[in-house]
Amino acid sequence: MPDTQTAARLIAQEEAAIVSEWLRLQEVDGGLGSGRVSSAELRVQCERFLSLLRRGLAEGAEAVQDPAFTELRDVLRELSRSRAIQGFTPTETATFIFALKEAMFRTLQQDADAAWALTRLLDGFGLYTFEAYQRAREEVIARQQREISELSTPVVKLWDGVLALPLIGTLDSERTQVVMENLLQNIVDLNAEIAIIDITGVPTVDTLVAQHLLKTIAAARLMGADCIISGIRPQIAQTMVHLGVDLNVVTKASLADAFALALRRVGQSVGRAAPVARPGA
Amino acid sequence: MSGGDLREIRSSDDVVRVRQEVRARAQALGFSLVDQTKIVTAASELARNALDYGGGGTVRLTELRNGGRSGLRLEFEDQGPGIADVEQALRDGFTTGRGLGLGLGGARRLSNEFELVSQPGRGTRVTITRWK
Amino acid sequence: MNRIPILRLGQALLVTIQVDMHDELALALEEDLTQKIWATGARGVLIDISALEVVDSFIGRMLHAIASVSRVLDAETVVVGMRPAVAITLVELGLELPGIRTALDVERGMALLRRRDDAEAEGDVERR
Repeated sequence: MPDTQTAARLIAQEEAAIVSEWLRLQEVDGGLGSGRVSSAELRVQCERFLSLLRRGLAEGAEAVQDPAFTELRDVLRELSRSRAIQGFTPTETATFIFALKEAMFRTLQQDADAAWALTRLLDGFGLYTFEAYQRAREEVIARQQREISELSTPVVKLWDGVLALPLIGTLDSERTQVVMENLLQNIVDLNAEIAIIDITGVPTVDTLVAQHLLKTIAAARLMGADCIISGIRPQIAQTMVHLGVDLNVVTKASLADAFALALRRVGQSVGRAAPVARPGA
Repeated sequence: MSGGDLREIRSSDDVVRVRQEVRARAQALGFSLVDQTKIVTAASELARNALDYGGGGTVRLTELRNGGRSGLRLEFEDQGPGIADVEQALRDGFTTGRGLGLGLGGARRLSNEFELVSQPGRGTRVTITRWK
Repeated sequence: MNRIPILRLGQALLVTIQVDMHDELALALEEDLTQKIWATGARGVLIDISALEVVDSFIGRMLHAIASVSRVLDAETVVVGMRPAVAITLVELGLELPGIRTALDVERGMALLRRRDDAEAEGDVERR
């Protein structure tokens, strides 16, 4: 009888006992005391895993990638993923597999070849959890980066035809480019003829960033929208002057001043086109 | 350099075709909309230069994959009169033809890499690369 | 050769460019528009380029020429609907089209032309 089938037979004889021991070991090492996974839930996961493992072994599967383990791999991947998201450490996550090795030690002592085959297999599954965990963490990080970049480029509609982009924090040239492209797209989407770029929350602006800013304003003008910059700090004003920048950029001291100007402009155009005055105009 | 695909530039319809092919390639390489537009515009400038000043020419399109980066390289070549003063030709506003004189300098600004080799009386080769 | 149609919209002419133009087509448009402004006495020209994915220096020159010629014929040119990626590229190209008025869409472009007419009636001609 092949080693894997011997292992399957040995597991079948003591399946319940193995699960109990496995659960006990995980309580000790697996960081499960914090209640992130309930013991009932864990028991279900363990029983499912062990029975899938036994079935795969009975079919003669020897390696992690064996088709007989497809479902097992899915279960393990999902488990690693959910633990990565719940904030388990990689060690705590891999303990799920390594505790099983320990729990089966006594059972498998009866047959050295079966023990060896199973040990190698479980090591493989251990690495598999690491990889799945790692991938899930990377997904989390990528999602957070997207969220941060979206959060840091909040384009706000202030009025019909008026939008504002309050910039906060240091601008590097890459972020500026993303922010500015986003602004131009919003001008189209919101049909805004005036865009206020508020840089009150920006401590410094280097030459490259200032250039991006000015290119954006020029691009907005080509699209048919005007930009107003508000909240320029003295140091930034100097940078812009040293750049030789005199691009008919309208600047206002504060976002409030810029908004007032924008309203007058929008109001005037609406007032002229239609005799009925708009509220707030 | 060999490899890539060679296209003729003999008429202003060919200029349109070059634009369309560069657009399709840049799209397939996953360029952002802005990057697509930049390289297509640069290609348009250089294709027209080859046609108007070089009496027609060719462009070789090569897709580049360098580690994790992908890019598009375009080599425009003509057998026209060449450029006597390259530095002057790259300056904005310089033109001997009917454009605004932004072709060469503009194409350079729209690319990540730019190389111009010209021999008066023999022709001109301009190579641009834009990375994703 | 195909030509780009020019529509009459009240006192203005409307051109919607929907194809990737080759150079001769662009030159023909410049020619046709000049004739049409003169023949109709139009006060404004709206050029809708919202379908254009590329504007290079040649098309830029054409827009510039149309604006200059139409001004001499007492018509204001407004370029409408330029896409963000096109605008960014034009700026990078060094082509900021000074002297050309722009608007987000045809409706806003029409409003711009009407305001110019109104201002002119009040004796306050705005020239940019």
